Parts: sequence; structure tokens; C-alpha cells
Amino acid sequence: MTEVLRIDNLWVEGRQPSGRYASIVKGVSLTVNAGEVVALIGESGSGKTTSALAALCYTRPGCRIANGHIALRGIDLLALDSESRRQLRGRKVSFVAQSAMAAFNPALSIDEQVTEGLHIHRLMSRDKALIQARELYLKLGLPDADRIGLRYPHQVSGGQLQRLLAAMAMSCGPDLIVFDEPTTALDVTTQIEVLSAFKEIVSQRQTAALYVSHDLAVVAQIADRIVVLYRGEVVEEGPTDQILKSASHAYTRSLLEAVKPPPLVTHRGSSGVVEHAAPGTSVIDVSGITAAYGRSDARTTVLRDVSMSVQRGEVVGVIGESGCGKSTLARAIAGLLPPVSGQIKLADVVLAPVVRGRSKEELRRIQIVFQMPDVALNPRQTVAGILNRPLEFYMGMNGDARMARVRELMDMMELPGSFVSRYPGELSGGQKQRVNLARAMAARPDIILCDEVTSSLDTLVAASILRLLTRLRESLGLSYVFISHDLSTVASFANKIVVLYAGRVVEQGPTASVLAPPYHPYTRLLLASVPKLRKGWLEDIVRSREATAGIAREVKLVETGCPFFNRCPMALPGLCDREDPPLLTLSTQQHVIACHRTASDLATELASY
Amino acid sequence: MTPEPEAVDMLPRERPTMNAAAWIGVVVVGFWILIALVGSSLAPFEEGKLVTTFGYGPAGKITLLGSDYIGRDVFSRLLIGARLTLALALITTVFAFVVGLVLGFAAALSSGWLDTVLSRGIDALLAFPSIILALVAITALGSSIPVLVAVVGLIEATRVFRLARALAVDLSVTEFVEVARARGEGTWWIMRAEILPNTLFPLATEFGMRFTFTILLLSALSFLGLGVQPPLADWGAMVRENISGLLRGSMAPLAPAAAISSLTIGVNLIVDSFVRDYGAKADL
Repeated sequence: MTEVLRIDNLWVEGRQPSGRYASIVKGVSLTVNAGEVVALIGESGSGKTTSALAALCYTRPGCRIANGHIALRGIDLLALDSESRRQLRGRKVSFVAQSAMAAFNPALSIDEQVTEGLHIHRLMSRDKALIQARELYLKLGLPDADRIGLRYPHQVSGGQLQRLLAAMAMSCGPDLIVFDEPTTALDVTTQIEVLSAFKEIVSQRQTAALYVSHDLAVVAQIADRIVVLYRGEVVEEGPTDQILKSASHAYTRSLLEAVKPPPLVTHRGSSGVVEHAAPGTSVIDVSGITAAYGRSDARTTVLRDVSMSVQRGEVVGVIGESGCGKSTLARAIAGLLPPVSGQIKLADVVLAPVVRGRSKEELRRIQIVFQMPDVALNPRQTVAGILNRPLEFYMGMNGDARMARVRELMDMMELPGSFVSRYPGELSGGQKQRVNLARAMAARPDIILCDEVTSSLDTLVAASILRLLTRLRESLGLSYVFISHDLSTVASFANKIVVLYAGRVVEQGPTASVLAPPYHPYTRLLLASVPKLRKGWLEDIVRSREATAGIAREVKLVETGCPFFNRCPMALPGLCDREDPPLLTLSTQQHVIACHRTASDLATELASY
Repeated sequence: MTPEPEAVDMLPRERPTMNAAAWIGVVVVGFWILIALVGSSLAPFEEGKLVTTFGYGPAGKITLLGSDYIGRDVFSRLLIGARLTLALALITTVFAFVVGLVLGFAAALSSGWLDTVLSRGIDALLAFPSIILALVAITALGSSIPVLVAVVGLIEATRVFRLARALAVDLSVTEFVEVARARGEGTWWIMRAEILPNTLFPLATEFGMRFTFTILLLSALSFLGLGVQPPLADWGAMVRENISGLLRGSMAPLAPAAAISSLTIGVNLIVDSFVRDYGAKADL
């Protein structure tokens, strides 16, 4: 095997605000052979992206390569001047970034950007380059390959854009491609289409690839070898199978344990709390909510006739792909988006549709926590300032009493008391999310609406946040509406699951019932799409019936019929696309599926991929 | 209960210290503030007193910077004029900011008919050159210090409004503003506590610039005879009334011009370093 990339004893330093340099990558060595995919795995801050960028001989602003040796096909990259490095980039080694939306220039057509590398390096005439781009689009399984390149980035879906980014990286036929978490921001269904396209093209072209990710289950599908990084050092390295089956380092094992169990196997969520909740004590009752964005003359209905309820001490998980209306539901409950019709009850009292019409007391009892801790906290307020406000606003607390309560909240969130004087910029992602939660807790709410609170966090940090939420629920009898696109997390945490598709509830019921047959076809697709921690899963799922029908199609809001019609392997043309599906109430009274098929049609077990 | 591994490396940033440029700005501006406070008692002559019988007298022992076009002492007028110039520019700029910010933020947060009415109204005002607008308004109302402050302040406020609205529109959709809305906070509180602190740095830069433009607009008005009325002295008026002295090598137009430049440069040095140090640290 020919060696494409060799990194020897790489040290990268980053400049601290004080002007001193601190090591981020400490003596990393690795090799990538032709046709091989090597995964760099670790948490944020482990130096995995920094190490991978070094393969392009690039460091982020404020960083520098302090020591080491990087060779690409035998060429010593560090010995090159910046012009020769520039010649290599894009042509010999290229990069696929995490956020395709941010990597594309919104003002240029996709063709222009995909062929840009060929143009810059003067490798091909424009016409030839366009022909080659078309071939790449076809190979990456993009729809309408002849014309997709004429579109602009905002005119294609996120999964397609990510594949187009790979086309851009592939255009010059590089020896090495660096993938930086390319599927992290995608839905599970989209992730499958993107991963299999990547895998296909990398093996066809015998390109070497360095794949940075924090998700072991994803890496298991695509990587030949895994390198585990921890705080800038390689702690373990080996073939994928060996790492998955017999990891020797404790850190690797903790990563493996943190991979959530597949949602089918365990139903820990259905334990405990609901049993001693008295019937009829619902905290939130949503009935027949329809919500829309835009003015009355050009409205997009994003939620249609949604009903659900949350009992005291209960966790209701809301799942669905992006664009299905999960966040809109939370915003409607919080009074940020007044629904067009339907009503929301807080402990049997009908709430005003907008915040302005609700009393302070009603507002206090419903708190909302957003996904991105970075933007959910005002960067110009200290932690104390952030926590003081709800205490002052709802309870009129100030002075010593308020300070004492802030300390109490910090303790509750397992944050050091000294952090009160810090600004959000001085906290890590997990710490920010704890402050975010503490702010909601400060109001002593009955229910917290959690909008993807763990989605942007590392596996281990997310697990600790979930433990914290569980503890608070148990000790304070809190209820949560837990919105997530991550089925495994919801499965392990929620008592009840609401599956939203294109703004409608397609299935809801107790966790154990929803995650067992009969399934709504959409629930089945979601369940099947959760990556499993074994090699070969990706190939199996791509061949499955669910995937062929449901993957690589977009969520479409429809006025009539079942919204899932265009992706459903069991769709009945003439019926499903014309009439709204009826509600099937199943054995347990609370388990409801909206489908034209009968319960026995839907009852087939999910194949164990 | 295990602490997050990443937590260990997060240390609070060091709070920045002022750099040399900022110190120069502080010294210059501080100097002029001092002059504004005590200048009139240091002045060797009264502002309207004729010290030479001819215009543009040379600099000498008695008249440090020479005399102006009708023979008044330039040095005295510079010292006495500092108070009026500084006070007028500062009050006008602050007034412009208060009006521009409140309206701009309110427009951005309400995003309904209020936004439409305010934005289109301000667009209409922006369509006129500021000097013409000021001319019309002051001619109609008669020139006095309060009218000057109000008219020039409102004209500058239209510029501040555009910036404030643009900044606040971006912030009004952030999650921390959403959280505040969901908590039930009123528009005024959101403007003050969530929006304002996050727009402080671009606004501070704008303040430095607006301050300069205010001085320039006020002196332009003085030149047209609609600004500060004689015998009161303000620097802008001094430059304009002595402009013909340039040809005769007189200090009369140069000294107040130098004073204006040093003041605006000083203000901008302070503002810029404030933005650079604190802005860079707080933004991630």
C-alpha cells in the first residue's frame, strides 16, 4: 500500500489571550494510505480538527505548528513556502467542512464553486470541468445531476449541499481529503445518504481520507482505522473492528459506553415517574394547535392540528427531522408564536396565545431552553446577571436572598460558585448549557421546554446534562418537553414520545409502545436510520425497503393527504395522497398512529440490521 | 458528578488594559475638557475685545496666536470657545444617540407598523442633504442654542437610527432575546439589557464619528450665519469667519481648526481602543 500522508510527532500551539502559546496537539503521529479512510475521534478540544487541518499545512488563526514532520506523498509540507502550499491545497489535498451552508458562497452558482479549484489550478478548460462536475454529481447520487449545478446554495437541501461540498473537494482529484464532521449537523436519514455517497466515491477513486468525528457509530461505518485523540495526544490507534470490539484504553471505552443503546432494546424511559402521577394532572394540554409563519395572505402552515399533553413529572419527547415543526411547537407553547387555531392549557387553565396576554405567574411556570448555548446566553451579561434577572422578575428577589438563591442554583447545576462573575465566552459548551438550564430553573417552573438541549454537545457532556435533568425531575417533580432529532437520546429519557412529520403528529404514545411494533412508517424509517455500532450497517440499511423509499427525499408540507406519502414504502396511491389518514388507537389507549394502513400491516418487526 | 474534562482548560480571560494610543486620546480630550472648564478665566482678553486695530494681526507677546479678521485675540477666543464647542457638540451628539437608539431599537423589535412608519419617515428625512434640512428648519424657527441642538441632533439621529435598527434587527432574532420575550420582559427592558450591551462597540465607533460630524455641521451653520451667533465664539465659527486669513498666513483659521482635529482624533483614539480591547475579548 502506498502511503499518502505521514504525520510525525506533530505539535501545534495556540496563542492564549495573555500572548503565551499553549500546546493543543502534543506529538501526534499518524499515517494514511491510498484508498484508506482513517478516522480521528475525540471530544471538542481534543485537537482532532487541528491535527487534521495540519494535513493541509494549515492552522487556524492564532495557532502555529511548533514541531513535527508532515509529508504528503513524500513531499515535506513544512519545508514548502506559502505559494507552493497554496498549489497543493485543493489539488492534492482538499477539505470538506462541517457546515456546507457556511462553506458555500451564497452569491455564486454551485457549478462555479465546484469547478473553481480546477480553474484556479488551471487543470482543465471550463467546459471539461463542467462535464466532470456532472459526473461527480451523478456518482454522489445527487438528483437532477445535469441541472443541479445551475442552482444556488440556498436552493438545495442540507444533505445535498454536503455532497456538493464533497464534489468540490473531489474536483481536482486530490490524493487526500480531510472531512471535518461532515454529517454532524444532519438528520439521521440525511446522514445515511451523505455517508454512503462519501464511502462510495472514496473507494471508487482510491482517495485517502482523514475523517474527523466525535460519533463512533458513524465512524464505524466509514473508517478502516481509528485514531483516538484525548487532550491533544493519541491514546489509541487500530483497525476499526479492533477498536470497537477490544478497546484497550479507558478513554476509548468510556466513549464506547457513551454511545447510546439502540432505541429498540431498552425502555428505561418508561420507568418510574408516570406511575405515581395522578391521572388528569396534566401540566400542559395542547389541543388542535395549527401554527403558521408569514402574513395572512401568504402563510406557510408548519403545524397542523397538533394535540398532546404532558403530565406532572413526565418527559415527553418530540422527534422528527428538521423542518417538521418541533421547535415551532415549543415556541407556540411558550407564547412566542401565537397559533392560528387551537388552544393551550396550563394545568386546566386556557392560556392566552401570546406572551403579552399571559400573567407573570403563568409565564413563570413554563420555561424554554434553547439548543445553542452560545447564542442562548447574552454574551455581555455575567452568569450572575443572567441568573439574577428571572429571580428579580418573577419573585422580586434582590440583595442577599437573591445571591443565596444564585449560589443554590449553581450548586444544583454542579457549577463552581466562582463562575458567577464569568461571561458566557469564558465557559465551555457544557457549562453554558448548565447556565442556560439554571436560568430556566431559577423561575421554579412546572415545565421546561428543552429544544435540542444536548444536540450541540459532545457525547460525554450530553450524557452528564441528561443525568442532571433526570435528577432534577426526580427531586422537583419537573416535567419536560424534550425536543430532539436524536432518537436514541429521546428513547432513553422520555416517558412518552410524539413523532412529528411535516407539522403533523403521525404517532404518539408511551415510549415503549412507540418504539415497538406496530410502527408508523415514518417512525420505522427514523428507527432504522440510527447508526449502529458495527461495521457494514450502512450497506445493509441502504438496501433496506425503508431507506430506498424514504431516504434522500425532503420533508414536504402538504395540504391534503398524508404528508409522508412521497417517502412511504407502504403508501397506497389514490388514498394516502388524497385523504387525511385516520387515527388508529392501539392496544394501550394512549398509543395513536395516523395511517391508512391497518395495525397488522404496520406490525412487522424492524429488521435487525 | 464527574466534572467535564473540558472544564479544566477554561480559565477566565484577562481583563484588558489601556494601550498607548488610548492614553494619548485621554490626555488630549482631558486637556480640552479642562480648558472648557477653566478656559474663560485663563483667557487674557474678553472674547469680543478688539486688541489690534487691523485684521489678522501677527502672533506676538500680547496676542499669542495673533488676532482675527476684525482684530480680536485668537488665543482668548480659542480658550473661551472651547466650552461652547465641546458642550454643544457633546449635548447634540448625545441627544442624537438617545433619539436614534430608542427609535431604532423600538422599530427593530416591534417589526410591525411602527417599524414601517419610522423607517419610511426617516428615509424621507435622509433624502435631503443635512445642511439643507438644517437651513430650512433653523430659518423657520430662528437661531438659538436650543434650536441648534434640537435640529442638528435630530438630523444626526436619522443616521444613528439606521445603524441602531440594523444592529438590533440581527439581535432581535437571537435566542437570548427569545428567552427574554418568553420570560415576559417588556420592549424597554429588552432594548436596555439585551440589545444595547451587544451593540455597544459599533455604537461607540459611530459616536466618535457622529461627534466629528456634529462639530462640522455646527460650524457649517455658523458660516452661513445660522449657527452660534456673534459675539459668542465657537471653533467652527472661528474657522469659517477667518477663512480668508489663510492667504495671509494668519493663525486665526488654523488654530481653531487644529483644536477641532485634535479633539476629534482624541475622541476617536479612545473609542477605537475601547472597541478593540473590549470588543475583541467579549466576542467569540
